[in-house]
Amino acid sequence: MTSSMFVQHFLNALTLGSLYALIAIGYTMVYGILRLINFAHGEIFMLGAYFVFWGVVLLHLPWPVAVLGAILITALTGVLVDRVAYRPLREAPRISALISSIGVSFFLQNLAVVVFSAIPRQVYRPEWLTKVMIVGKVRVLPLTLFVPALSLVLMLGSIYIVYKTKPGLGMRAIAKDIETSRLMGVPVNRIISLTFGLGSALAAASGIMWALRYPQLQPIMGVIPGFKAFIAAVLGGIGSIGGAVVGGVLLGFVEIMLVAFMPELAGFRDAFAFVLLIVILLFRPTGLFGERLEDKV
Amino acid sequence: MKKWSVLSLSVLLSLVLIGAPVGAQDVIPIGVYLPLTGQNAFGGQLELDGIKLAHMEMPEVLGKKVELFIVDNKSDKVESSNAVKRLIEKEKVVAVLGTYGSSLAMAGGEVAELAGVPMVGTSCTNPLVTQGKKYVFRVCFIDPLQGAGAATYAFQTLGKRRAALLIDVASDYAVGLAGFFERSFVKLGGEVVAKLKYNSGDQDFTAQLTEMISKQPDILFIPAYFSEGAIIMKQAQELGAEFQIMGGDAMDHPDIVKIGGDAVEGFIHTTFPYDPSMQNMSPVAQKFTENWRKAHPNADPNVNAALGYDTYAMVLDAIKRAGSADPKAITQALAETKGFEGVTGSTTINATHDAEKPVGIVMIKDGKKQYIDTIEPQL
Repeated sequence: MTSSMFVQHFLNALTLGSLYALIAIGYTMVYGILRLINFAHGEIFMLGAYFVFWGVVLLHLPWPVAVLGAILITALTGVLVDRVAYRPLREAPRISALISSIGVSFFLQNLAVVVFSAIPRQVYRPEWLTKVMIVGKVRVLPLTLFVPALSLVLMLGSIYIVYKTKPGLGMRAIAKDIETSRLMGVPVNRIISLTFGLGSALAAASGIMWALRYPQLQPIMGVIPGFKAFIAAVLGGIGSIGGAVVGGVLLGFVEIMLVAFMPELAGFRDAFAFVLLIVILLFRPTGLFGERLEDKV
Repeated sequence: MKKWSVLSLSVLLSLVLIGAPVGAQDVIPIGVYLPLTGQNAFGGQLELDGIKLAHMEMPEVLGKKVELFIVDNKSDKVESSNAVKRLIEKEKVVAVLGTYGSSLAMAGGEVAELAGVPMVGTSCTNPLVTQGKKYVFRVCFIDPLQGAGAATYAFQTLGKRRAALLIDVASDYAVGLAGFFERSFVKLGGEVVAKLKYNSGDQDFTAQLTEMISKQPDILFIPAYFSEGAIIMKQAQELGAEFQIMGGDAMDHPDIVKIGGDAVEGFIHTTFPYDPSMQNMSPVAQKFTENWRKAHPNADPNVNAALGYDTYAMVLDAIKRAGSADPKAITQALAETKGFEGVTGSTTINATHDAEKPVGIVMIKDGKKQYIDTIEPQL
């Protein structure tokens, strides 16, 4: 392998990995606070990307405005999903909410097929993020550098909210014990809604970035990225925001480098990702940075 | 007890079979089953329009009127077998036309085979559809021929010698077509320099493409569906790939330019040899195009409509040659079809009941789909 080829693979891996990281942040945040694996995260991600499409193509909004609008609407969708599908199950065993989230996932996917149709849509791509730059023999999109930076900013932002703000205090209290938090006067439902809103906004941001890199909108576009982000979150230690970022980047590198060094195994790329998940769950269930699991799940 | 019921059933059945031609003296009933709703409705509707157009032009055979019985198979396998059963048992049709989609055709073909009524598939390219079947035919070519056609065009017309393949390992269509392409390309004297795989649903192909670029192929064959194909081409463009990209009939979609943008410019794919944009149309194709435009002033004809048209015309031709509307005689005549001039080229039914016909080549040029060539595959 030539060095320029390696650099190209490295950049491909960095882009893919930081996209996984971006999706995993939202995944892991909701889990860390509610102990709920929100399987509908991939569908919220898909909605975010579609909302931008609507804003740009149907309402003729400038791209940045469409992006902000889409993030806001997606966050509200997340709050609505919580209100309809998870809040009634707050007192039920955790497995019920988990199953409900799988239901929401299928529901949103099929709703998207009906409303948006299964025909793929094109994506508007602002030039400053997607114009190919050529450095020597290596080709790189500005997106490749922008997404890791965005992931870091959103990671720090999420950590700041959870650890330094008053609603964040509520989130951490709920993570420890819902009942006691309620007795201590924490507005539990409002804090949980906020958590979902935040998680969904993160999902939207990642969906929008994903659509810039892989420019096609489809109702099923969130399924595989959703699974991959789940692996990334578990790899980093589910519940740990920093861990999700490390896990995502690591997974991106594992996938790309597998193909780079063993091209004949390219067809097994996804299989390797899932084997990785099983191995972690067997040998280090807390992931790289996770806290010890005791009475959770 | 069981014996009796079998016996009485067969007596009943033979009564029905004897009764059929008697009751249908003045008309010849022909059945049509197509996906008019569901996920394949796009193709099914167009094929039905093609069949109807052919029926309008040729409403009679052997001095009798042809009556069409149309059933929607709803893009569903169970509905497909029910549809064929209903056509044969209730409407007593002498031949069945349809359907779009290989899995649907397999379900329907099973029923037609048992009943001993000929069925002619419109666009179902998997070799299994007609395999081991006495009564099942098709008007479209199959994937071995298509793969050979793509390889022939790449090697002989384009002068390509170093091919790369990017294959969806989870798709029978892709694995099959890639294999047929490779076999023909190597046989012609070309070399396959890279063969990389991916899985249905993947969206990141950068690792595979980077590896591929390093092997310096001059052509990349992607037997993908058009949505994946468009993403692959976009990423190839961003990674600076300079090789020609080529695909199969699954890339034939009106939206390909809208979704692929400038990345699909110059892309080539194989298809059935008909397109309204083609030069030097045969008289049959010319007549079809003119009559279509008269009947549907607001819609362009496409290859599916042409295949529907050809299916009806080929069956009518068989009835004429058989001199009878008996299902067995029609089957015999269909099997002997040779050099039938259809809209989609000269068609010969071979020993496996598949159509041997030329392969069409389409190129995306100046942001438009253009039919550029028709070739005889070197198998």
